Amino acid sequence: MQLKSRKKSIKSQLALASCSLLQATSQQASASDWDIQTDVLLYTEGTERVSLMEPVINASKEIADDEFVDIKLVYDALTGATPNGAHASSQAQTFTTPSGNSAYTIGPNKLPLNDTFRDIRVSVLGDWNYALNRLTRINWSGSLSSEIDYKSLSAGATLSHDLNQRNTTLTAGLAFSSDRLDPIGSINTPFAPMIRAGSATPQPKGGTESKTTTDLLIGWTQVINRTTLMQLNYSISQASGYLTDPYKILTVIDPATGLPTSNLNADELPYVYEKRPDSRSKNAIFWRGVHHLSEDVVNLSYRYYWDDWGVSSHTLDLHYRYELGGGSYLQPHARLYLQSAADFYRHSVTDGSPLPDYASADYRLGEMTSTTIGLKYGKPTGHNQELSMRVELMQQNYSTVGTLVGDQQNQDMTPALQALILQLGYHFYW
Amino acid sequence: MKTLTIVSLLIVLITSCSYQPVKPWEKDILAKPTMALTPDKVDSFLDEHIYFSKEASTGGQGVGGGGCGCN
Repeated sequence: MQLKSRKKSIKSQLALASCSLLQATSQQASASDWDIQTDVLLYTEGTERVSLMEPVINASKEIADDEFVDIKLVYDALTGATPNGAHASSQAQTFTTPSGNSAYTIGPNKLPLNDTFRDIRVSVLGDWNYALNRLTRINWSGSLSSEIDYKSLSAGATLSHDLNQRNTTLTAGLAFSSDRLDPIGSINTPFAPMIRAGSATPQPKGGTESKTTTDLLIGWTQVINRTTLMQLNYSISQASGYLTDPYKILTVIDPATGLPTSNLNADELPYVYEKRPDSRSKNAIFWRGVHHLSEDVVNLSYRYYWDDWGVSSHTLDLHYRYELGGGSYLQPHARLYLQSAADFYRHSVTDGSPLPDYASADYRLGEMTSTTIGLKYGKPTGHNQELSMRVELMQQNYSTVGTLVGDQQNQDMTPALQALILQLGYHFYW
Repeated sequence: MKTLTIVSLLIVLITSCSYQPVKPWEKDILAKPTMALTPDKVDSFLDEHIYFSKEASTGGQGVGGGGCGCN
């Protein structure tokens, strides 16, 4: 009788131990400890482009039996210059800053960068995860983000249900977000010409200053065998409102020379503000496989993405955790991203030709290949503590679209981008 | 049609493995933190922020999250 009771106890303990297996997060801390992960990300595109410093604190805790909270505090500080959307020209080019109060000039044959780009963002994200019954869990999530010209608020819930001796988990998630824009100099009328700084002519303004997004996800996670786990998700995201980049412009070219047009009204510069559709429907299919070798772990994922702006992409991502012994590890990372261009992506608009319905020269909406390689090193430094460092290099190459005219053929219309990513992390319990 | 083909291929990929349910007491390896679907949560969070800012694609791994004026 005593033996039977003990056997039942072991079985229930084993079942309990496997309860959290299929959750995306793992909880190691005891009920009384906060599981703290602190990181600092340094991202730089070189001396002339954007640099970012982003400290993050992530704190998780089991606040009651099988009930967890996860809080993340994020601070972003961005500096540097970012492409304004105009393309390089053999002539020097003068632009008005977003505030409309001053101007900056870019020399011949150089990619126009707006070097007034500064931003600070503070963000708080939270998750509350608990069991509804023996096989079903719910995760409530919320986030708040604030920067100089942008505010975002989101809330969501994800339900997960275990089946098949907890070898299968079905997931359904729903989230809403509401964003409000307050761009420097307020919102410029799409396709309105850029007005010369300091002139008497006012810059045309106006437009919706908000956007809403609804995300829906269904997922299936499956234990394949003792060492392999797979996940398959489908997500859809519907955004509506102001989806244009308020700071991006396009060059208006002379149809014969390809140079910025000189056929201008008083106080106008040869650039117009971009215009994107006011709705976007995004879809993604995501697959991930995690496999344990004798000591090491392979984590491979693939995503196919498509939307109604004409963008589609393939993303392949591989992490290999190589155990060095004693808890130390090396983790190489490789990522390949292939993207097709949005239907309305173009390098310029042509003086004298009808304007398209939508147009953007934002290189992020163009055809691109992005590769990332990186290496992470982690080392335990004490009881349940770990230091880690990650170094990655990202390279993005873009393709030109359409027919280039005159001077455009002599310019590098889509210069490649290189970025260095550095991350330092410290994990401990408190 | 393309979507249907991709979904079908992925389902075949998952279900084609000969399947024997793994018992709770056989989940020692699967229970390791390194076997979590997202073992480095903060790394993934930061990567998503970077790629959200530099590329036109998002989604697939979860819902919601911090909005950002960076894209």
